[in-house]
Formats: sequence, structure tokens, C-alpha cells
Amino acid sequence: MASRDTPITSNTPALVVAWLFVGIPLLWGVLDTLRNAIKLFQ
Amino acid sequence: MAAFLDRSHSVARPGFSRWLVPPAALCIHLCIGQAYAWSVFNKPLAQLLCSMQHACPPATSKAISDTPGDWSIASVTWIFSIAIIFLGLAAAFAGKWVERVGPRMSMFAAALLFCGGLVISSIGVWTHQLWLLYLGYGVVGGCGLGIAYISPVSTLIKWFPDRPGLATGTAIMGFGGGALIGAPLAVGLMHYYSTPTSNGVAPTMLTMGILYFIWMLVGSLIVRVPPVGWKPAGYVAPTTEGRMITTRNVLLEQALRTPQFYLLWLVLFLNVTAGIGVLGQASLMIQEILGVSAVAAAGFVGLMSIFNMGGRIFWASMSDFMGRKTTYVIFFVLGIILYVLVPTFGHIHSTVLFVIAFLIIISMYGGGFSTIPAYLRDLYGTVNVGAIHGAILTAWSAAGLVGPQLLTYIRQYELSHGVAKTDAYNVTMYVMAGLLVIGLICNLAVRALNERYYMSPAAAAEAGA
Repeated sequence: MASRDTPITSNTPALVVAWLFVGIPLLWGVLDTLRNAIKLFQ
Repeated sequence: MAAFLDRSHSVARPGFSRWLVPPAALCIHLCIGQAYAWSVFNKPLAQLLCSMQHACPPATSKAISDTPGDWSIASVTWIFSIAIIFLGLAAAFAGKWVERVGPRMSMFAAALLFCGGLVISSIGVWTHQLWLLYLGYGVVGGCGLGIAYISPVSTLIKWFPDRPGLATGTAIMGFGGGALIGAPLAVGLMHYYSTPTSNGVAPTMLTMGILYFIWMLVGSLIVRVPPVGWKPAGYVAPTTEGRMITTRNVLLEQALRTPQFYLLWLVLFLNVTAGIGVLGQASLMIQEILGVSAVAAAGFVGLMSIFNMGGRIFWASMSDFMGRKTTYVIFFVLGIILYVLVPTFGHIHSTVLFVIAFLIIISMYGGGFSTIPAYLRDLYGTVNVGAIHGAILTAWSAAGLVGPQLLTYIRQYELSHGVAKTDAYNVTMYVMAGLLVIGLICNLAVRALNERYYMSPAAAAEAGA
């Protein structure tokens, strides 16, 4: 069991994979939306 | 299987990084945020039969379908409305269950329901049974939406007692961002699956159900709850009681007896009502007021989606520094000013000012969703915040019904009384500003809880505080 003051440790590879897993689709969605949004000012 | 999903099997081991929990929450919220993109299915659903017979009106025509048996747009838009109603109901009634079984079990159940709803809907499209879509995406999927929405929130608050706004903002940002993924994904899949005799809606829903299930499953596997008594290194809980942040806890049943709950319900309801009506009518509104093209209007809606998402993490993070009450004061005061100014921006035909005003408004609409869990945590403590958050989300369901209807009704009333289309939204804007004035008063009336509502220290310890 962790102590009451478990430090925030870093598990870098897992963190990178997890954030990429959600970040890449989100970035794709944002870029696709921005590409369409530009038409507002054209 | 059930044991693996149980709370006791998802307690974090030493060395687990709490920064893995936000991506787990995003796996869930990015999927269920697809709900905001449901409208991309409306027209294809209303053209199922005519697309089979090559008899659909051209895209430039105002008619959707003349083929007997095709569903009307009005009947298919009910699918989304039913889903939002069941979202609120499920969040309200399943909140205590979610707190009891933990995030892994509830996320898994939500994945089954939400993705099962998509699968049932695809069967409904294949067999052309509208009631299956009402049942599938509306009822079953809506319950999945509600459970999924609240599942990671209280876990995040427990992992980030030092930054609850940032934590909840990250997750709930995903709900806003889900539309940005869901809309192009659905459009791309419908294009891929379309054949000379089908517009590809059914296989698209089935594929999305499978893809989203895998994605949500990953989230439920990553998520962990902190061990009892865990706190971040160096974190010292605020010790000053009587202010707007408590270190104690309140049961759901007690929370429902506090006036603060109903004030916050109104705060959320009014903030969402003001935003949701505009969000739904944004495309039509900018075309009628400023005369921009439909393509440009779609770009405006896209920008609003980005600000809806960005506002969720921006405002919730800012609330960690400004305080929740102050953050809502900003939402309401700034919202009132902007709604009052919008007609003027329309009169002077300033597209830039008009767009900026609505982008700020919609960012605060998103911010209202992501700041409310942290507000509840401040007032009611961390132990039952998931259940209390679930209960307050009924305000969203109510606003989802009232907001669009109110805006549509006022517009129709204005048009039927001879008001020009360009001016038909002026009264609406003033009504929205009026709603925000009431919201501001409710927010200012929120005070710290009376002593009698708090759990005893022994009961709180037993509940895992």
C-alpha cells in the first residue's frame, strides 16, 4: 500500500503513450475543424 | 471479470503517476463527446429510402426527401434530445452506484451502454425502425453518456486535490473535443461505406460503436483510484473552515437538502440554457444576421466547437486561482455584456466583433460545465462529489429542452410579427442576458454550508475520506 504522501512519480513511457493515444485524435479533430473554420474569413 | 473491474482492484500501486488518470478520463470523454456531433447523422437518416432509390433532392434544394416512408428531420432530431434527457437521468440516479463501484467498473458499463446504443441504432437503420434509434442511441446510449460523463470526475478530483479545476477541466474538455473527432470521423466513414444503394449510415454507426468501445476500454484499464488517505507530496489541505472550501464531506441525501444545491442547479441551468440555444442555432443565426454563406457559417460553428472545448480547460483551470464563485461571476457579468452588445455588432455588420463575442460566450458555456464539479467539491467535499455532480446534471437535461425551444420560439414570434430576419434575434439576446442576470443573483447567494449538513468524522473516515 502506498504511503499517505505518495510522491508524484514519473512513468515516462506509459505517460507518453497514454497522452499520445488521446492527443493525436484530438489534434486531428482540431486541425480538421480549423481548416474548415478558415472559410469563415475567406 | 467483475472482480477485476471492482474498485478494490483498481487502487493505484506505489509509483503510479497521477498524470495517467487525465488521459484515461479523456479516453471516455472524447468518445461520448460524439453526442455533440450527432447532427451530422440527421440528414442522412432522413434520406435512407430516397438514397436507395436515387431519388433524393439535390443538395441545393431545401427539401430533404420526398420519398414516402423516409423519416422527417424533426423525428430524427428527437434521438439526440432523448439521449440528453437520459444522460441527465442516468447521471442523477447512477451517481451513488458510480461512487460505490469505482471508475473502472462504471467506465466499462458506460462503454457497453454507449457503444451498445450505437450498435442498436445501426440495426435500427438497417431495418428502418426509428424506435430502435430512440431506444438505442437515445435511451441505452443516453444512459451510457450519463454514467461515462460522471465516472472519471470524482476520481480526478481525488487525485488532484491541489488543482481540482484543472483536473475536471481536462476531462470535461474531452466532451467538447469529442465532437471535433466524431463529426469528421462519421462523415469520412459514411463516405467510405456509401454505395449506389446506401448512404452508409448503418455500417458507420456500427464501426463507431466498435472503435469507441476499444477506446473507452483502454480508458477503463488505465484508470486507478488513489489509496485511502493519499495526497500529493507537499500538499496541505486548506484548514480555514467557514469559507467556500471545506475539508469535510456531505452525503448526497444531505446535499439535496441544502439551498446551495438548488442555487447551483439554477446557476448551471441558466448558464447552459443561454449557451445551448445559441450553439444549436449558430449556423442559421450568423447567416441571417450577417448574411454570410452556409460554408462560412459551418466554419463559425467549427470555431465555436473549439472554443467550447478550450473554455472547459481554460476557465476550470483559472477557477483554481480565482475561486469558483468569482469564475461564475465573470461568466454571468461578461455574458450579460456580450449578449446585450451582440445586436449592435449585427447592426454595424462587424463579423469580427460578432464572432469574437460568441466565441467568448461559448467558451464560458463550456467553462460552466467543467467548473461545476470543482465548485461542488469545494462546498460538499470529495467523498460524494460524483453522486452530487450526477444529481446536478439534471440541470443540463432541462436546459437542453428549454434553451433551443426558447430561442426557436422567440425567433418565430418575431418573424410572425413582421420583424426582419436580421433583427429577429435581438429580443433573444436580451432574454439570454436576462437569464444570466438571474444566474448571477443565484451565484452571489451561494454561501458556505451550515454545520448540520456535514458527515461526522467517523462516517467520513468509513466512507474513505
